[in-house]
Amino acid sequence: MKNSVFTITKNDKLTSNVYIMTLKGDTEGIRCGQFVNIRLDGLYLRRPISVCDCEGDLLTLIYKVVGKGTEQMSEMAAGESLDLLTGLGNGYDLTKSGDAPLLIGGGVGVPPMYMLCRELIREGKKPTVILGFNKADEVFYKNEFEALGARVLVATADGSMGIKGFVTNAMDGLDYSYFYTCGPEPMLRAVYKASATSGQFSFEERMGCGFGACMGCSCKTITGYKRICKEGPVLEKEEILF
Amino acid sequence: MSSEFRVQSSEFNTKVDLLGIELDNPIIPASGTFGFGYEFAEIYDINILGTFSFKGTTREARFGNPTPRIAECSVGMINAVGLQNPGVDKVISEELPKLKKCFSKPVMANVSGFSIEEYIHTCALIDKEEQVGWIEVNISCPNVHGGGMAFGTSPEGAAEVVRSVKAVTTKPIIVKLSPNVTDIVAIAKACEAAGADGISLINTMLGMRIDLRTRKPVIANKMGGFSGPAIFPVAVRMVYQVAHAVNIPVIGMGGVSSAEDVIEMMLAGATAVEVGAANLVDPLACKRIIEDLPRVMKKYEINDLKDIIGGVQ
Repeated sequence: MKNSVFTITKNDKLTSNVYIMTLKGDTEGIRCGQFVNIRLDGLYLRRPISVCDCEGDLLTLIYKVVGKGTEQMSEMAAGESLDLLTGLGNGYDLTKSGDAPLLIGGGVGVPPMYMLCRELIREGKKPTVILGFNKADEVFYKNEFEALGARVLVATADGSMGIKGFVTNAMDGLDYSYFYTCGPEPMLRAVYKASATSGQFSFEERMGCGFGACMGCSCKTITGYKRICKEGPVLEKEEILF
Repeated sequence: MSSEFRVQSSEFNTKVDLLGIELDNPIIPASGTFGFGYEFAEIYDINILGTFSFKGTTREARFGNPTPRIAECSVGMINAVGLQNPGVDKVISEELPKLKKCFSKPVMANVSGFSIEEYIHTCALIDKEEQVGWIEVNISCPNVHGGGMAFGTSPEGAAEVVRSVKAVTTKPIIVKLSPNVTDIVAIAKACEAAGADGISLINTMLGMRIDLRTRKPVIANKMGGFSGPAIFPVAVRMVYQVAHAVNIPVIGMGGVSSAEDVIEMMLAGATAVEVGAANLVDPLACKRIIEDLPRVMKKYEINDLKDIIGGVQ
């Protein structure tokens, strides 16, 4: 864990309520699948946001406006600064991916898949990415994943783009060596059932501190009690109690 | 920080005596906000602390309450963790050795229970641990049913816990009191009469939030303990009332987040000051407070912190 001040270099709208923010600062030690915890003026608790990408001294976050904190973030401009705790959570374990991993992101579960995808490709792996959204105008980052060189499948619930249905419909008939997934809990449960291999799930929970001190985000697993912020947010399929 | 406020800490004495053990400063991270220390040791040397009160320990391992356990409030938060801890045996065999690697001073053990027998069992075991300097007996957890706070809401119940644990321990016993009572002074006096060596207060205040969209309580356990700067004035008031009513040291806590708050708590009668929720939003909170103490002492012309304990006019 590190505590430092970052400067916003960009804060743009991606869809009607999803934003992309890039920040410059001390990114040392940030791994894919981790999150940062952001202090915002006038709000007591920090806001945990997953890392979308991190290269050099630039950190990319993609967030959906869901409450006071993210609304406040969406109103910030380049040049403003933010107090961040970085290096939080365990992150994804890339060593288990095999040669052809499947990456499944749903909604704001899509961003953490980006850095993972980039790193897997850098290691010579051939990832397939499934991006799940409700409808076409909510889709973001399809082109960015394609630009990395990944095979990309889009699933929309109303069929307005790509495969009609859920990410699990897109999983039908795919061959993959391992999987990584992040998204809303009903999607994670569906992926858990539909998946043919072992894999890693990234979870969300309401947090107090975000670094393991308050026990606010604990969950039960087959291998004991885990703090989503510390031993998570990434848990392995074999330890999850669904 | 401007140069006129850059003050050498050696000019100012921040040392206080807490029941026979000298603290380098009165700053003590509160139980439940600091784990067993090692998460914080990742970002600063926690040996700068006076001491810290480790995670509330019970006889058996506890998972605690279902999630969500946390709700935000204006200038504060509600938690309903419910005393999650690995149980006293694992605390002794696994957590204390890890704690010892990052903290070399006497530590404050925090103990909770659901029956007199449980308090006795856990305190007796913890008392034998060399690094434990004090035992803070929590009779005020608002987040568990049939225990904790049940003992802390009547003078008789509080006294019974104190008498029972005093009989099986050698270390100073500090009783942590609940603010969720009609007369905290009566309870503090009952603890003193039963042999308590010190009092710490206040634990969190019982609170609740409701989600407007779902119309359900935000917290799965419905209610939880409210903490943070919003409760500071209540804490100062109760520390003042208790410190003036008993002749044993009082540790003040409740919303403390700055060196100024520390001074105010001490003026109200606190010998030492616990810092709770502030650690969760700023993991460096206690370090910043300790480093800022000399500046604030200079500003208010305080040379020795001991001189201001209970100094409110």
